[in-house]
Amino acid sequence: MEPLGDTALVLDFGDRVDRAISARVMAARDAVAAAGLEGIVDLVPTFCSLAVHFAPEQIGSADLAARIGMLELAEAAAGRPGQAVRIPVLYDGPDLGAVAQAAGLSPDEVAKLHAATPYHVYMLGFLPGFAYLGDLPESLRLPRLKEPRTRVPPGSVALAEQMTAVYPVQSPGGWHLIGRTPLILFDHRKDSPSLLQPGDEVRFEAIGEAEFERLSSDGELS
Amino acid sequence: MSPVLEVLDGGLQTTIQDAGRPGLLALGVPRAGALDDLSFRLANRLAGNPRGTAVLELRSPAPVLRVQAASARIVLTGSGQGLAIERDGTVQNWASWRSIGVRQGDVIRIVPFADTAVAYLAVTGGFDVPVLFGSQATFLRGGFGGFEGRSLTTGDALPLNRDAKPDDPDLTLLHVPTFTASPVLRALPGPQAAHFADDVVAAFFRQEFTVSRDIDRMGMRLEGTPLRHKAGADIISDATVPGAIQVPGSSQPILLLKDCQTTGGYPKIAVVISADLSAAGRVLPGGKLHFRKVTMTEAEEALADAGHMYRSYAASAVAVRESWGA
Repeated sequence: MEPLGDTALVLDFGDRVDRAISARVMAARDAVAAAGLEGIVDLVPTFCSLAVHFAPEQIGSADLAARIGMLELAEAAAGRPGQAVRIPVLYDGPDLGAVAQAAGLSPDEVAKLHAATPYHVYMLGFLPGFAYLGDLPESLRLPRLKEPRTRVPPGSVALAEQMTAVYPVQSPGGWHLIGRTPLILFDHRKDSPSLLQPGDEVRFEAIGEAEFERLSSDGELS
Repeated sequence: MSPVLEVLDGGLQTTIQDAGRPGLLALGVPRAGALDDLSFRLANRLAGNPRGTAVLELRSPAPVLRVQAASARIVLTGSGQGLAIERDGTVQNWASWRSIGVRQGDVIRIVPFADTAVAYLAVTGGFDVPVLFGSQATFLRGGFGGFEGRSLTTGDALPLNRDAKPDDPDLTLLHVPTFTASPVLRALPGPQAAHFADDVVAAFFRQEFTVSRDIDRMGMRLEGTPLRHKAGADIISDATVPGAIQVPGSSQPILLLKDCQTTGGYPKIAVVISADLSAAGRVLPGGKLHFRKVTMTEAEEALADAGHMYRSYAASAVAVRESWGA
């Protein structure tokens, strides 16, 4: 356990991107949350660690570290399972052709492979509702774009290295864009604003243009 | 008509901010909130507001506002340059760090300031904008919070809550904070300090940094002697906090502020202690910075001292009599 300034502690569980390590991170999150320790304001799971953010006016770093140390997190059982989420995708992204070429596949095969793979939400970051989903099949793993785009449209389905993701809002971005979803990934008007949570299990589902348009207008009505 | 502040000029970047929005970091949502917590809290103290009431965070050039309310009470803090209020064709100058009664038609101009990056304009009663996840703070990159999730612009009408106690006296501070343009920010070693050779870490705590023009509510790029990594600038992304100093491949550090990303993939060489985050938020482009290494015990003592300091400023508030034409 290491301090991250005087407002957070970081619990490390490994040094690589790996489902088993992520499972321990999520279990630790659930165990710390269940303990209901005073002064904790946020629990942030990341690939290999759990950040415990606290209010320093309420509890000291060393005191909190001692209390967390007594929770015996190493033995923490896997917590609640993540929810299963399906994300419809129209595979027509501007980089689909280039990704297909790099993978030695047809664009249609890239779409099928991307949609056939189950993904795990390792963590959220970068933007509200931006989930890092892994792991991509080996053949689809590409380095980031050399020249990041200044504007990636919201709903863009993208991939880079061993991760895939959906851009929740318009932003700059250096990932390869292979498609788009009509779903809204982050809606601040909802009590639970993010479609995806750390630990969720995600499947993408290929849809056609007509279905995309229909789901888009549904989204506007809700 | 419900009371509003009419925005005649939006200023460089004017946002509604409060103490921020905890609880959503795991969803990628930073807390946001006032960059200079001390000036923010004192603005509310002088306005007679409950702690944590939302205020306007201003950068220079600041906005021009017209009062569209029978009466209201305003306070400017952070900047020491004061403000000019035009009433019936006459302009009167007013000091910072005091509350001022204004009325229908008054035009408020904040004097351009260079003594801090951010100043605060509080209105007694606060702003009538939605509370999202317990906060009215604007999160610009997310496009939500505050006034329509964005900075104010010409033509906006910013809804005000009513002043519950309009007959309370105006307040001024006998003891006004003074700020340095070149602060020494106290910092703890970061979780990836070991990604740098000992002499690089020592140099980090010894050298002077210049604040670049690349500065916003997310953070600021600093320029100094390059901080070389032992082996590469990429780490597996982990959590960040405001105050964290991360070093990307350019070897020039970035000091993160209140709107920073919740996770990041660069090594964090050090983390500014929470007692000194307000000072970090006040720094201007071109300003100079030093970092001084402290222990966790010193960080905790500094936070307690900052609390005492706030209370001593707040306790120096006294009723003030002079008003229009005085």
